[in-house]
Order: sequence, then C-alpha cells, then structure tokens
Amino acid sequence: MTAHNHSHAHNHSDQPHSLLPTDPALRVKAMESLLIEKGLIDPAAVDALIDTYQNKVGPKNGAMVVAKAWSDPEYRKWLLDDATAAIDSLGFAGFQGEHMIAVENTEQVHNVVVCTLCSCYPWSVLGLPPVWYKSDAYRSRVVIEPRDVLQEFGVELPEETEIRVWDSTAEVRYLVVPQRPAGSDGLSVTDLVALITRDAMVGTALVTGP
Amino acid sequence: MDGVHDMGGMHGFGPIPIEPDEPVFHSEWEAKAFAFRMAVAARRKWTLDTSRHANERLLPHDYLSFSYYERWIAGLATLMVENELVSRDELASGQAARHSEKFETVLTAEGARNWLAKGSSTKRDINAPPLFKVGEKVLTNRNCPPGHTRLPRYARGRFGEIVIHHGAYVFPDTVAHFQGENPQHLYAVRFTARELWGDQGNERDSVTLDLWESYFKAL
Repeated sequence: MTAHNHSHAHNHSDQPHSLLPTDPALRVKAMESLLIEKGLIDPAAVDALIDTYQNKVGPKNGAMVVAKAWSDPEYRKWLLDDATAAIDSLGFAGFQGEHMIAVENTEQVHNVVVCTLCSCYPWSVLGLPPVWYKSDAYRSRVVIEPRDVLQEFGVELPEETEIRVWDSTAEVRYLVVPQRPAGSDGLSVTDLVALITRDAMVGTALVTGP
Repeated sequence: MDGVHDMGGMHGFGPIPIEPDEPVFHSEWEAKAFAFRMAVAARRKWTLDTSRHANERLLPHDYLSFSYYERWIAGLATLMVENELVSRDELASGQAARHSEKFETVLTAEGARNWLAKGSSTKRDINAPPLFKVGEKVLTNRNCPPGHTRLPRYARGRFGEIVIHHGAYVFPDTVAHFQGENPQHLYAVRFTARELWGDQGNERDSVTLDLWESYFKAL
C-alpha cells in the first residue's frame, strides 16, 4: 500500500495516522469504510452529530441568553450568579456547556475568552468554534497581546479599559455578555438577538446598535 | 507535557485568520472527521482528556502543519490503535482483517442527539474540603509532568489570586492516562499581565485560568 511507503518518505513518523493517505479527504474516506465495516460507527449517528451543529446548536442560543439578560434584570443577575442554571432554564444546556460562567463587559472591564491548550469552547450556546478561535495565532497571541489581537478584530478599546482574558483550561465554559449598544432601548428580545454576534460573545467584537 | 500545543505567549504565528461568513464545516471530510471522533469516543474506551492528549502527542511538525480537523483524524487513529479498536494493518489497508472482531454499534442517531443535549459532566462530589478560598494568593508549580496536564507553560511558577472556586472536577493529569478520576477542587486563578509577561504586559490587564488544587501552593 502506498500509504505505508509514504510514512517513511515524508516524516519518519510511526504514528498510526501515517498509515493513512495524506490527503485529508482520502484519509477520512479510508477511515469511514473501515469504521463502518467494523461496526464502530453508525452512519445515522454520524449524520445526527453533524446535523446538530450544522443546523441546530449555534450562536443563536447564546444570543437568546444575552438578549434576555439585557431585557430582564432578574435574569441578568441569575446568569451572572449561576450561568449553568440560568442557561439551562432556556433549554441551552448540553455537551461542552455542562458548567458555564457568564462574564459581563462594562465600561471598565472587557472580557475575552481563549483556550491556549486546545479548543475548549461553549458548544451548547455558541456551536462549534470558528477557525480563528482554533488557530495557532489566536491561541498564542491573545494571552500576551490582547489589545493588538482585539485591534485586528476591529475592536478599539480605551486605554483605561481593563482587559480580562479567560484561558479555558478546564471543563468550565465561559460566555461573554457584551455591553448593550446605545440606541437599542426600545428593542424587543427578538430584535436584540439579531444584533448579537458570535464574536461578541467570545469577546472579540462589540455589539453595535441597530 | 511541554509540547507545541501549549502555545500561549509564543511568537511568530502571524495574523489571526478571520474568515467572514465562515461555514460550520468547510467540507464533507471536516464534518465527518468531527463526527467520527465523537461517535467512536461515545464507546467510552477513553476520556476527553485522553483524547486531547492524543493530539498533543502528534509530532510537533505534524501538529503545526495539520489543520484543526486533520489533528482530530490523526489523534483518532492513535486512539483507536492504542485501544485495540483497529489494528495498524487495518488502518493501512482500509479493510477489516479477516476474522477480526466486529463491534456492536453503541451510538444511534437518537443516542447522539440525547448525548449532545444532556452533556457529560466531569464535576464530582468529594469529601475533602477546598484548601483555598477566593482572594487567596497562590504560587503555581514550576515543573511540567511529561503526560497530559492543564497548567500551561506561561503560567508555571507564577503568583496569582483565586477568584472563583468551581467545586471538584475529575483530574486531567491522571484520567487522561487511565489512572483514575482523582477529582480535586478547581479554581479560577487570576494572574496580572505584568506577572506573566513582565514589561510587555499592560498594567491593567490579566489572564485567568482554571487550575486544579495540586497545580499550586499557598504563599
């Protein structure tokens, strides 16, 4: 099999992945037929896993949480005290969102979340992480130069603002509650949801008004 | 493990790859790489920390040259071979060996939806009281164990302050290596940017990490 020859020619690795074809699409195809043949995966379960994050669980969940916190002071207090329960009450608990902390941006403090060691991210409220969140550049830089990184995202903060970076090193997931934009006073929860972006709930964007 | 995955504070990775209107998956193979890893993990032959460590053990040049889901598929190959779900020969040929074991499928479509909706907690009740309280100052360990650990290089040997007590959680350093859950109290510990980065750190800024009790000691 050419895959075997390849492992010697290319990287001297004896790790199992070097036995697979190099091209990722072919790699996955080779693995797929083997996994099905051995009964290790059920194609219907594979489809359900993909469908959940492609079509059902995404940043709209987090936006509902934030919009409710902006609109309902009691809920905001609950969210900041016990985010796990407050988020569960809206039906957004789940995998990679079992234990939640909500951190609120204010005039004085701006929060931003990263996972420097891998890609921990609050799936149940934001879905799967975007490429930038998982990138080596973001993981390496945001802890040491958060202001430069935020500028790259177009976020300009006053020098006096305190920046708190949260490195998700455990099974606790962080959701940033962005500042409610000026001019959004009369908006309904539904209208507010439309303003709230995924990046604002990680801390790499601000929410701008309608 | 002092590996390339532990990249907080490293230089040289360039601008952040911001992709407007990014799809959840960029191709069918990415979606499948994600789902295969999840579906096989549902057999519970290994934990999430074992799985993270499989990626950490990729050769540094592979880790850095692979895209995110290439890391997932490579890590899955390692996990399946080491836990005897597939053999090296089977991976190389892409076919099950004659007379090889066939597994019962454990994760159905409905099971997958329930699992994702319910989650899977690693929080545990333990009898030991927490040794630290919010506001206490602590000093993190200087050493790095050769296996899986969640104290990043940039926060080793640093002074921080406890800001949240999360309760007790399964200990990654042992559970990743099939050495038991050994739950410990977990805390959010805040470090000033100056403490972590010297003059490069802004005097107003901080980084907060979730750290297990044995990762630090009292001052």
